[in-house]
Amino acid sequence: MNLEDWYRQDRLPHIYCAGCGNGTILNCTLRAVEELDYKKEETTFISGIGCSSRAAGYTSSDSLHTTHGRALAFATGLKLVKPRQHVIVFTGDGDCSAIGGNHFIHACRRNIDITVICMNNNIYGMTGGQGSPCTPYGAISTTTPYGMQEQPFDLCKVAEAAGANYVARWTSFHVKELTEAIRVGLETPGLSFIEVMTQCPTSFGSKNKMRQVTQMLDMFRDNAVLKAKADRDAAKGILPSPEKFVVGQFVRRNNPPLGVEAAK
Amino acid sequence: MTDKTDFLNGNVACAEGALAAGCRFFAGYPITPSTEVAERMALRLPKVGGVFIQMEDELASAAAIIGGSWAGARTMTATSGPGFSLMMENIGYATFTETPIVIVNVQRGGPSTGQPTMAAQGDMLQCRYGSHGDYSVIALSPSSVQEMYDLTVKAFNLADRFRTPVFLMTDETIGHMREKITLHSNVEIIPRRELKEGELPCAPDENGVPGFGTFGMGHNVHITGLTHNEKGYPATDSAEIHEKLVRRQVRKIEDFRNEIADVDIVNPDAELVFISYGAPTRTVRQLLNDNPDTYGHLNLRIVWPFPDESLLAFKNAKAFIIPEMNLGQIAKEVRQHTNIPIVVVPKLGGALHTPAELLKAVEVAKTVKKPVTEVRL
Repeated sequence: MNLEDWYRQDRLPHIYCAGCGNGTILNCTLRAVEELDYKKEETTFISGIGCSSRAAGYTSSDSLHTTHGRALAFATGLKLVKPRQHVIVFTGDGDCSAIGGNHFIHACRRNIDITVICMNNNIYGMTGGQGSPCTPYGAISTTTPYGMQEQPFDLCKVAEAAGANYVARWTSFHVKELTEAIRVGLETPGLSFIEVMTQCPTSFGSKNKMRQVTQMLDMFRDNAVLKAKADRDAAKGILPSPEKFVVGQFVRRNNPPLGVEAAK
Repeated sequence: MTDKTDFLNGNVACAEGALAAGCRFFAGYPITPSTEVAERMALRLPKVGGVFIQMEDELASAAAIIGGSWAGARTMTATSGPGFSLMMENIGYATFTETPIVIVNVQRGGPSTGQPTMAAQGDMLQCRYGSHGDYSVIALSPSSVQEMYDLTVKAFNLADRFRTPVFLMTDETIGHMREKITLHSNVEIIPRRELKEGELPCAPDENGVPGFGTFGMGHNVHITGLTHNEKGYPATDSAEIHEKLVRRQVRKIEDFRNEIADVDIVNPDAELVFISYGAPTRTVRQLLNDNPDTYGHLNLRIVWPFPDESLLAFKNAKAFIIPEMNLGQIAKEVRQHTNIPIVVVPKLGGALHTPAELLKAVEVAKTVKKPVTEVRL
């Protein structure tokens, strides 16, 4: 199958704003699926609510667009009944870590064999730009007009601590690395969590001095520190500067997964 | 294989009914007084090739059985009031995406944490109206251990036939009581109708029900809780599509009230007629045994959609006496369908009505004139 065949052509164009990074992430996901030569009838996309979660509706195989925060619980049921299915969940920072935080932790703990792609745009985009658990400290949103006063989640650390077999972070700037990470995630049994930092120029960038899409992508390029470099710096006692964030693969392990068909 | 006689509690009988009906996925969360359903499923499902999972909460339990249903399995969860409240969100999702699931509510005293170990029928209106938006549901109410088994089987068939969540609205008394029961070697299975090639996944057939596009079968369906067109695609800004969809989903159940109805009608010529469902039915039957040919009785095995035409069977009725373990929830529904005076006999706290209490209601009913009279026990 070609990459184009993985798109539900009669639903395009998508609803994403000009400059949104979600389309890039969908593209990287479908490219990884295509590289693995998955069959449509073996592949299911599941999502919750929010901009990220509209992605499932643009894929051409079976897709379930569920309730806010609960996609992982729906996915758990589907995967346990049909373990042969490749299950991919699209979620966002609000969907995954606020309303869906408990389901996220428990899906990681169960290490259920699904791949979770979290489009982290640091904001609630669909509802017009409210603060989320991933809005950076000090950032402006419609519900943090004087600057976010809470600390954000590090979703990758949460996933790793809760038990996911594969955890990685990339950005919408790092398309090659992201595609590769999704492919590795899909091939790793157990829960694979891939956090993708993505730009929301409409609701986040515009309020946080990154009005141009390119400013956000430049920020991802300039502030992303490779895991290996971050580890070297840490060994030398160099403290990371607060605007930097680490990208790369954080964990890949082989703990017993749930929802994998027992060998006959 | 022959039928087997056993001596079980209602919750275990419910689990056995689910297994007999072919339920192969159960997701649940422990809650008194329903937990024995989950425990039995945890014990039995792996032995019949099914899967049991204990989820992190009832939101997730409801979500997981919906996911499991789209994977093609008959799926179920069991809970009680507090968990039922948490499930309301995904119950709405299941109605709007027309997902067959069975939800067992072993009712206990509410509101809130209430009386965890005591029986009640306080969730009957929540079952009908608890999620947001307009929709219709099917709910059954067993009054014996045998009916816990039989009506659970029936719940799965109704869920698949009508593509809707079906509720087994039982209570602590029926769930925890032990009775003799016949486990059938063969039960009737009415499977869901699979989507045909070329058929749109959300286009209704002559019964108003679309074919089911089981995931992984090559249908490539998109299922969403947004307002959707017949292809299943979001169409949220069309008033016409939204109204057509909601009305069709309500009609696919309400237009079939008589097909769905399941009642017992006793002494239809009587002037004083009891209406009951679930545990109070047992007391009414005791009274009818003690006083043969005196009172009429309408027992509801299906409560929703309300089988209103069965009220017409009682042509001489001068009063309907309605004992419920709530403040008169189904009495309100009866009132919508009749001008015959209603005597509401609420009882809260967990104990069943006694025959003497029902006789007190009979005395009130003999001279009742007002449309609705409440008997304070």
